[in-house]
Amino acid sequence: MAKVIGLTGDEAVAYAVKQCDVDVIAAYPITPQTVMVERLSDYVADGEIDAEFVPVESEHSALSVCVGASLTGARVFTATCSQGLALMHEILYIASALRCPIVMAIANRALSAPINIHCDHSDTLGSRDSGWIQIYTENVQEVYDSIIEAFRISEDKRVLLPTMVCLDGFILSHCMERVETLEDAEVKGFLLPKPEYPYPIDPERPMTYGPVALPDFYFEFKRQQEEAMKNARSVIREVNDAFAKLSGRKYDVIRADFIEDSDVVIMCMGSAVGTMRHAVRELRKEGLKVGLIKVRVYRPFPEEELRKALEDKKVVIAMDRACSPGAMGGPLYEDVCSLLYDAEPKPKVANVVYGLGGRDLTPSDAKGICKYALEILKTGIVKERIKFVGVRE
Amino acid sequence: MALSIPKLPREEPLAPGHRLCSGCAAPLVVKLTFKALRPGERMVAVVPTGCLEVATTIYPETAWKCPFIHVAFENAAAVASGIEAGFKVLIRKGKYKGKMPYVVVFGGDGGTFDIGLQALSGMLERGHKVLYICYDNEAYMNTGIQRSGATPYRAWTTTSPVGRKIPGKPQFKKNIVAIAAAHEIPYAATASIAYWADFITKVRKALDAEGPSFIHVLAPCPRGWRYDPRLTITVARLAVETRFAPLYEVEYGRKVRITVKVPRPKPVTEYLKIQGRYAHLLRPEYAKEVEILQRAVNEFYEYLEKLEKLSTT
Repeated sequence: MAKVIGLTGDEAVAYAVKQCDVDVIAAYPITPQTVMVERLSDYVADGEIDAEFVPVESEHSALSVCVGASLTGARVFTATCSQGLALMHEILYIASALRCPIVMAIANRALSAPINIHCDHSDTLGSRDSGWIQIYTENVQEVYDSIIEAFRISEDKRVLLPTMVCLDGFILSHCMERVETLEDAEVKGFLLPKPEYPYPIDPERPMTYGPVALPDFYFEFKRQQEEAMKNARSVIREVNDAFAKLSGRKYDVIRADFIEDSDVVIMCMGSAVGTMRHAVRELRKEGLKVGLIKVRVYRPFPEEELRKALEDKKVVIAMDRACSPGAMGGPLYEDVCSLLYDAEPKPKVANVVYGLGGRDLTPSDAKGICKYALEILKTGIVKERIKFVGVRE
Repeated sequence: MALSIPKLPREEPLAPGHRLCSGCAAPLVVKLTFKALRPGERMVAVVPTGCLEVATTIYPETAWKCPFIHVAFENAAAVASGIEAGFKVLIRKGKYKGKMPYVVVFGGDGGTFDIGLQALSGMLERGHKVLYICYDNEAYMNTGIQRSGATPYRAWTTTSPVGRKIPGKPQFKKNIVAIAAAHEIPYAATASIAYWADFITKVRKALDAEGPSFIHVLAPCPRGWRYDPRLTITVARLAVETRFAPLYEVEYGRKVRITVKVPRPKPVTEYLKIQGRYAHLLRPEYAKEVEILQRAVNEFYEYLEKLEKLSTT
């Protein structure tokens, strides 16, 4: 019987990781991820989970420990954000290329300077090319569910890629919500018995891991990662279906609300989706029709689903909680532009950058973004490619 | 422990045909380490980026007959920690049926003294059962002879050149064994490829230690040190005979013992003069530099003798 408990995002991560019966946890504390590490330490100290907790001296070592442990065939977890993720950056690429099915929770936080502990997505969006699956969550229930799904996806032999489960720093990490949990046995039954790593380190069957591959072979290794991401698309769908059967909660790579009768669509990731949904609902009462798409799985990018959802739309606003100075726009915007290049008819696409360093996205900001979209629909003109919402100019 | 050659394992960890330079000390370090294993014991080698790694594992070939793991340059100690933790928990949970292997790192001086020092310190402090062996060729040889924290005083490298104003590296070498021993780990030592029995005995002690261990091995490099490749063992032996690289061990950060005593040391010039990287020091204008080096060598050996006395009284 499902137990309902009040959990913060960080606690939900730790609770899910415990139920997933991980073998090795290596982590370094960083605000606002710290509570995950504290709770997991408690579980290990109380014997509630039989895992090796490796309290490393840096995030770089945290992920390095995870890579080593993952190669032995262990189920492995770590967590970080912001500066910690930046410090791990080098090893992110190695973890995915060595095909280590590590799951990492990220309490999204802005990057320094100025130093700031609050939410934006510049940390994980800066890692989008590192070969990790990325899931962005909207609320604490989804955080809990996504951790469990992530192990099932990553450890599948058709995938064997690491996954980041992203939750907005403080907004989700420290916010207590009602969470319907699964029984330990249900989680165990849902997961694979162990990661389907085909060649774990075994001295009885010696292998070389992490060799040098020069121009004659490097390319083929990279090509296989692309293939694994392709496989991940279908595995994620399967896992979402299986999870729905188990829990009654159905996730998809995207979630579309009110798009059928809307010419304009707002796209968004993370906790801001909830705020935007509220705004869209409010505007409906005034007879203004705006659709909303949450991008839940950002890597692999849900091309097929998005192409279908955006068909015949006239205006698309991509919201980025990150900035990429000197680029055409934020990461989601650029991906959406690429996606729609072939679209006929082609919608107007504009970028909204919001919420950097934890700046609130207020309900009136959210409504303003919807009205901005409707204005583009009316005029057919995108005056500013990147609109910064909530900043003092 | 008396060692007898016929009783040493005949298996070799490295297959012939790897691409290390002739006269390179690194494969000897690996080979001698393997000789310390008892029948049925297994080793997992973790190697950071460096000469040993790039020259033995060019895909699709590998020279390694035991599991070999390379992840990056600065994190071998962390990767080894993860492998140790992985095996420990998988054996405890019945998910791995074999015996616990020894996890052994073979890191160069760059990956140990410099960029890998933080991960090494973390591993030693956390107490993982890992043997970390540093094969120290005293510069970044893989990138082409750049100075490191292990390069000795006044040695030539491409980034500590012998210029008109500065004659080689102005700084002294970092005392890495003292750093490792300061973590009060069960076992830290220096070893030499020219003293194989001492080497193997130390590896055995390290493997038997309950916790982390560290062995520093001076690894002469014909390319970087500018000497004839056939002289590698001679150079390694002279380093000990001149007291330039004394052989000693430190237990739990306290108990010091000089394992190969050098009662009548040869002058350091004997060691310097066969290496091109020190050629400039033989010029009369640098006689003072040689004196400084000689004094430092004397002082360190005397310091070790004092520590040894302190440990036994």
